[in-house]
Formats: sequence, structure tokens, C-alpha cells
Amino acid sequence: MDQKGYRRGSFQSSTSDEDMLEIAGASVDLSMADDDPPLDREMGGFSSYNGGGMNGTSTMMDFLEEPLPGVGTYEDFNTIDWVREKSRDRDRHREITNRSKESTWALLHSVSDAFSGWLLMLLIGLLAGSLAGLIDISAHWMTDLKEGVCLAGFWFNHEHCCWKSNTTFTDRDKCPEWKSWSQLILGYGEGAFAYILNYFMYVVWALMFSLLAVLLVKGFAPYACGSGIPEIKTILSGFIIRGYLGKWTLVIKTITLVLAVSSGLSLGKEGPLVHVACCCGNILCHLFTKYRKNEAKRREVLSAAAAAGVSVAFGAPIGGVLFSLEEVSYYFPLKTLWRSFFAALVAAFTLRSINPFGNSRLVLFYVEFHMPWHLLELVPFILLGIFGGLWGAFFIRSNIAWCRRRKTTRLGKYPVLEVFVVTAITAILAFPNEYTRMSTSELISELFNDCGILDSSKLCEYVNDFNSTKGDDLPDRAAGPGVYTAMWQLALALIMKVFITIFTFGMKVPSGLFIPSMAVGAIAGRLLGVAVEQLAFYHHDWAIFSGWCSQGADCITPGLYAMVGAAACLGGVTRMTVSLVVIMFELTGGLEYIVPLMAAAMTSKWVADAIGREGIYDAHIRLNGYPFLEAKEEFSHKTRAMDVMRPRKNDPPLTVITQDSMTVEDVETIVTKTTYSGYPVVVSRASQRLVGFVLRRDLIISIENARKKQDGIVSTSIICFTDYCPPLPPSSPSVLKLRSILDLSPFTVTDETPMEIVVDIFRKLGLRQCLVTHNGKLLGIITKKDVLKHIAQMANQDPDSILFN
Amino acid sequence: LCPVCEFLFPQAPMMLAQCSWNSVSPVVLLVLLGCLLCPPAEASKSSEDIRCKCICPPYRNISGHIYNKNVSQKDCNCLHVVEPMPVPGNDVEAYCLLCECKYEERSTTTIKVIIIIYLSVVGALLLYMAFLVLVDPLIRKPDAYTQPLHNEEENEDSRSLGAVPTPAGARANTVLERVEGAQQRWKRQVQEQRKTVFDRHKMLS
Repeated sequence: MDQKGYRRGSFQSSTSDEDMLEIAGASVDLSMADDDPPLDREMGGFSSYNGGGMNGTSTMMDFLEEPLPGVGTYEDFNTIDWVREKSRDRDRHREITNRSKESTWALLHSVSDAFSGWLLMLLIGLLAGSLAGLIDISAHWMTDLKEGVCLAGFWFNHEHCCWKSNTTFTDRDKCPEWKSWSQLILGYGEGAFAYILNYFMYVVWALMFSLLAVLLVKGFAPYACGSGIPEIKTILSGFIIRGYLGKWTLVIKTITLVLAVSSGLSLGKEGPLVHVACCCGNILCHLFTKYRKNEAKRREVLSAAAAAGVSVAFGAPIGGVLFSLEEVSYYFPLKTLWRSFFAALVAAFTLRSINPFGNSRLVLFYVEFHMPWHLLELVPFILLGIFGGLWGAFFIRSNIAWCRRRKTTRLGKYPVLEVFVVTAITAILAFPNEYTRMSTSELISELFNDCGILDSSKLCEYVNDFNSTKGDDLPDRAAGPGVYTAMWQLALALIMKVFITIFTFGMKVPSGLFIPSMAVGAIAGRLLGVAVEQLAFYHHDWAIFSGWCSQGADCITPGLYAMVGAAACLGGVTRMTVSLVVIMFELTGGLEYIVPLMAAAMTSKWVADAIGREGIYDAHIRLNGYPFLEAKEEFSHKTRAMDVMRPRKNDPPLTVITQDSMTVEDVETIVTKTTYSGYPVVVSRASQRLVGFVLRRDLIISIENARKKQDGIVSTSIICFTDYCPPLPPSSPSVLKLRSILDLSPFTVTDETPMEIVVDIFRKLGLRQCLVTHNGKLLGIITKKDVLKHIAQMANQDPDSILFN
Repeated sequence: LCPVCEFLFPQAPMMLAQCSWNSVSPVVLLVLLGCLLCPPAEASKSSEDIRCKCICPPYRNISGHIYNKNVSQKDCNCLHVVEPMPVPGNDVEAYCLLCECKYEERSTTTIKVIIIIYLSVVGALLLYMAFLVLVDPLIRKPDAYTQPLHNEEENEDSRSLGAVPTPAGARANTVLERVEGAQQRWKRQVQEQRKTVFDRHKMLS
């Protein structure tokens, strides 16, 4: 059975990040633990705090107060117990504060404990910034490698190669040190044969890069594919995915991200950068005991790391924090806000000092103009918003349909071949059109650019009338032939990007979708902007234009339209609100354009929400069946706890453990026969009065440990969960006391509680399970999976799509 | 060197001794990366990496020209950089309005170091992958304890995977055997991940 084998597999999987504990089948191999560094003394304080709200200062001389490796940790693909983790951290903090009054050393220890969070943020910022710098520089170089090589030093890309060339004004776009492949191989760069050779080399390089990327992902770290943001959202809500934020995933993701971006595929690097930053956060957490041992504190650190990731992707620290708050994090306490901001700033500062793009810019498409806009231009901006919303909804529907096909049919069995074919198609279609041949970031940069006198690109080939030129401000001019060529080429590029991104996002290479969405929006925006500009130029005597756009004035900025279009499309796909506007306004460096950006973002979100409720990341979470309890949706049905709890009417009764009348053998039978992750403990089967809740993993570990290490524990020994065990005749085997693993304060609701309140409790407290009582007696249990299935059922979706526990 | 690197490099031999191989190589890579990125970030830029570039288009009967000069960012404007001024004094302002001056800086050392680091990491990974695919099965065949990697379906159903920890449990103290054990564990993890992502499509589709 899939589940059984799955469970065993998850027992045996262990990562070198986490506790090095192997549980083969149902037996614990404690000898493996000896390979690791000895548990530090702080663990001694922990075990007595297991079980949530237990009285931690118990003075009982219980043999099992000794720390057991593994108790209190979680299995792979399980949800953490937020309440237990948080109370553990509070207990630890209380202990340190109490001890700090004893000696200077303890005082220093408490001070260093308080500072460890800030030190960790600093390290995360440094590492994330450095990795982002490495990714930027390498990707920039490798993208240009497809077209040619620099003779002055093979490590220079096109722009840096031409930096040194001393050219005259008329030749300022020529660059003798940079040789395209045909120039290198054939000796000349013009002509049909040279073009074909360039084409061929472009396709070959693209294929090589993407094949290398997918082979590295498949061979070393299969978790490194995809965007990473849906999985990180799930991890931050309390799910455990061992190895997803590990060292190998970090290395492979960094390397293959560069390869995937350089191969010309229609994907971006922002989403994977968030994954890379979270990996850095997770790895650096192991340096600090406070964060290594506590899953809830670690998730605070991961929220901050995600903020640092977005900050280096866009050069927008505030936008990064807001993105982490809005999109990625589940619980975001105020302390995390300040620390995330610090991490994001340090990361942005580190990236700035590495200076990947020269001129201390952090992003290739930084906008430097501050031209004013007119209120009437809001109409085209809202049109762009509507386009963004429509495209977002279309993209989400088609991408999810394609990913579902990849999941369920034979298409999913050939990942390497799929990457090969998609890259081949992308490269072959992209080379002829100049605007798809260049990297997407460069395309966005060119589209955002406002044309000046000295711009010689095709998009800026307007009909110049030098007599009316005053300084650098160019008036609105008629479009020259270059602009018309650029327009239809851009239209073709738009169509190609709209369709090819659907097949690219979700492949088995790291892929983000911020940059492709922004490219689609920027192209649409620029097209509309040039159209409006020409309309204003040729019909400047119309009523709508005459007031503010007289002849010779510079009123329409097509670059601004491109920016607004990019924001609209990005908002339509991801449904970001505040974070999107803040990221875009940090990109432009000013508040002038906030109103157009907000108008477009709001319009696109409303239009997209009218068509489909979910953003792309939530849609992928639902597609993969992750147990993510959506915190933003209202639960509005009138069901009650008794409708959702298990056991249902026709099911066998609830599996319980009694507090002092079951033997070791009975408990082992229960544990092997059922697959529940925890069992309620009651006073007796007759009374069904609740004592507490015990977790399966803790039970297994404790019983195995007791059988091996404790004297006199046999299959007929009684297990006792209470402080005072009933007296037994002297001939019976000794009692196994498991009071320390029992959670004495499980959450309960009555069976008449409305499900609205139950769902709210699960969301706000982060519960895994909740017991249901009736008239004070234990009736059933509701787990998070039951809640998710119920929500899916109420929304007429497939409740069996919730896969994980 | 960075102060962090001065702290970290003495720890490296101790880390190498204690940590297992599969955790060493990425950690060592990360440390190497961090330390090699520090000096370029702090390195003083050579004079040819900073400049102020002014492009002046044709004006009346003067042809267009490009002026480069190594000045600070505050002085990067037409008046400081365009020398000798081709127009007489009263025309200077009109001429300078047409010129576009930009301050540019870059660090060639950073670029060179980063590209070389990147290519070496890719090369190392490729070699390791070639080693795992080609050389490793030939070495492992005579070893009776190790399960061949392609028999994982049989291993899952039988309890034989439970037998794998026991050789390691037999006090594998030598560095080589610990490295072997760690490598086997890592390989199993990657197998597990590959099954989850590629075969069962449980995640990341």
C-alpha cells in the first residue's frame, strides 16, 4: 500500500541537517546517534518540557526524564505542533533568564542568546547577498556566451568587454573586442552563412545549458526544481519537508538557476532566489542552538530570509519584507518585521558592494526618469490593468492544466526530454526576433527606457527635428520606420512569451515567473504607450489632448506605460497588492508613479479575482495537495464539529490508550495496526474521560528505548501515564512510566462547536489535531487533514486531493 | 582577508575531521565562496575601473565626441570632463546641455573571481556526477554489504534497507568508512527525493 511504504520510507529518510536518527521500521537504531557530536547539556532541560503546557519544574526522579534523542522531533511530511514549540521556547527563555541572575557567565549567556537572532540575520543577509551577486554576474556572462566571446578576457560579458574600447562618436556601438561565434570561427560576421552559424551556436549553447541543469537537478538534488515559493509557503505554515532547505539543494539550485536563466528559457530568477535565501537561513540556523532545536523559531528566521531573497532580487528591501509578510509567511510577529527588514537591508547592501551591474544598481532594469504624467492617462493605465488581470487568469488556468497533465500522464515520465524539447523550441523561435534573442531582463530594461537624444536603439528611432530640440528634453515626435519595425517584432515577441511561459513554468529546472510576467506586461505597455504617443502627436488638436499635450511638448512617456503594464501583469498572476506596488516604486526610486501603479495593480487584481480566486502559488499548492490551511479565506458554512470529526457514524470507535491499564504489548499492537500520528489517553475505557494526548513517534521511541535500556520492561509490563501509578503485586514486572511524553493540555472543543470557530482555532493556534468531547467525555478527533478535506468538500473540490498528513 | 574568513579557516580542518563527506563538500564550497567573495568586494578598484563618460552629439559644425576621465561622482559633469572645450565661453552652456554624462564603475577582479569560482564548481559537480555514474558501480560491485542503487524497489519491500545501518553500527571509526556511510546515506536521500519528485509526482509538479 502506498501509504505504508511511504511511512517506512519517511522513517528511513534522514538528512545530515537534522537529527541524525534512523528509524528502520518500528525500531530505533540508537547506535547511529553516536556518530554525531554529543548532545549538549541544554537538551537536559528540554525533555522535561516535552508535552506542551506541562509543569516544567517537576521534581520527580523519573528515570525517563533523561533526554531521549528523537523525542520532540517530527517525521518528514508532517505538521509541527506550533503550541508545543512556542511553549518550549518560552520555557527555555525563562530558564536562561532565571539562571542569568546566578553568575556573570550565565548573564553573558543570556545576553548572547538575545543577540543571536540579530547575528543570525546579519549572516543570512551577507550570504544571501553574496549568492545573489554570484548568480547575477554568472547569469549575465553565460547569457552572452550564447552569442559570442570576449577576446580581452573570456570572463567578460558583452557590456564589460566593450567598456574599454576607445571608439569615436559615430562608431560608439561597435566593439572590436567582442567576437560573435561566426566571427570567431569563420572570420567574418556578415552574410547568410554567418547568420546560420550564429543561429546554430545559439541553439547548441541553449540546449547544453538546459540539459546540464536538468541532469544536475535530477542527479544531485531533485528538490531544487521549480520555483520553490509554494513549498516554502507550506513549510512556513508548519509543514516539514526534510532536505528541501538543505546544503545540496542550495548548491544545486544556485548553479542550475544560472544555467536555466542563461539557456534563454522564458523563466526568471526571483522565485528561486527566495528558495536560495531560505536555504541559507536554514543552514545558518544550525549554528545557533536556539534556532536549531525549535521549529517555530526557525520559521521566523525563514520568513526573514525570504524577505532578504526578494530584496536582492529586486533591490527592494521594503518590498521584500512586505512580500514575505503578504505572500510567503503564515505567522508574522512584529519582532520578525524588524529583523526581516534588517536582513533585507544587509542583503541589499552586500549585493550593492559586489556591484554586479555597475553603477551600484541592484537590478538591470532600474528606472531613472521622473517625467510627469497626466490624469487622463489613467484610462490607458486601467486598460493595462484589465489586460494584466485577464492574462493572469489565463496563465494560471493553462499552467495548472499543463502541470496536471504532467503529473498524471506519461508526459511526466520524461523530464529530461521535456526540458530538451522546450528549450529547443524556445531557442529556435527566439533567435530570429531580436527582442526574444536578448535576455528577458535586458528586454525589460530596454522597454522601461525613456528615449533620449543619444539612444540609438530601434525603439527610439523617431523622426528628429533638431531645430526644436532644447537640451535633452525631446518632444513627442512622429515614429520613424525603426519604431514601426520594433512594434510588430514586439507584438510577435508578446505572443511567443505568452504561450511559451505556460509550458516552461513548472519544469524540472529552477524557474521563476516574475520576470516573464513583467516582460509580457512591459511589451503590452510599451505598445500601448507608443500608440497613445502617436495618437497624441498626430491629433494634438483633439479635445482630450489639446489641454495638456500641445505640439512640441513632451507629454507621453511610453516607458512609464511599460512599467505600469509590467506591474499589472505581475499582479494579475501572483495577486500581490501592497508588496507589488512597493517593489515597483522602489524600482523607480520615487513616489511620482504610485498612483498609476496602484490603479493598474488594483484593476488587475479585481479582474483576475473575478475569473479565478487563487493566485499562481496557491493554485500550485492545491495542485500538489500540500496541507496548507489558507489563512485569508473565510469559512462560511454552517457545519459543526460533529460533522467533521472522526470516527464517523459507521466507523470503528476511536483508538484510545488508557492511562494505567494497558501493557506494552497492547500499545505496540495498537501502534503497528493503526497509522494515526497520535492517540488520546483516557482514564478508562468505560469512563472515556480525557487525560491527555500522546504522539506516535514519541511512543515508539520511548518504548524501544525502555526495552533496550531499562531493566525489567517486558511485553506484559504496564504502561503508566500518571504521576502515581496503581500499586501492583510484587511478582508483576516493573511499570513503564511514560508521563514525560504525555501532553496534558490537548485542545478540545465540544461536538456542537460551529466549524467556523474550529477552523479559526486551527488557523490561529496552528494546531495539528483537536479532540472533540460531548458532555465531558471524549467523542472523537479532528485533524488538520480532516479540516482541509472538509473545506475542499464544501468548495466542491476533490477532497481526496489532500495528499499529505 | 575578511575577518570572517580569518575566523573560519582555522576551523576548517576540525570541520573536515568531524563532518561527513557529503556535508563537507557543500559546506566547504560555501565557505570558499564566502571568503573568495569578500576580497573582491573590498578590493580597491584599479584606476581603469572608474570613469566618467560624457557623450556629446554633433553641435553646429563640431562633430560628436566621447570624453572619458577618472573623476569622482560629484565632479562627473560636462564642465569638469569635457576638455578641451570645443566651443567658446558663451556657447558652453548650450553645448553642455546636449552632453550626457554618466559615472560608471566596475570591478574586474570581482567578475573574474566569480566566473572562475562558478566554472570550477560546475566542473567539480560534473566530475563527481561522472564518478558516481561510471566509476562508483565498478568499485562497489565486489562489496557484499552495499545494495546496488537500481534495486531500490526490491529493497523497499524487503526489510533489507534496515540491514544497511548495521555495518555502520559496527563502530565505523575510520574516516574512510564514515565517509562511505555518509555517502550511502546521502545517496539514499537523493533516491527518496527523486522518487517523490520524478516518479510519484507527489511534490513540485
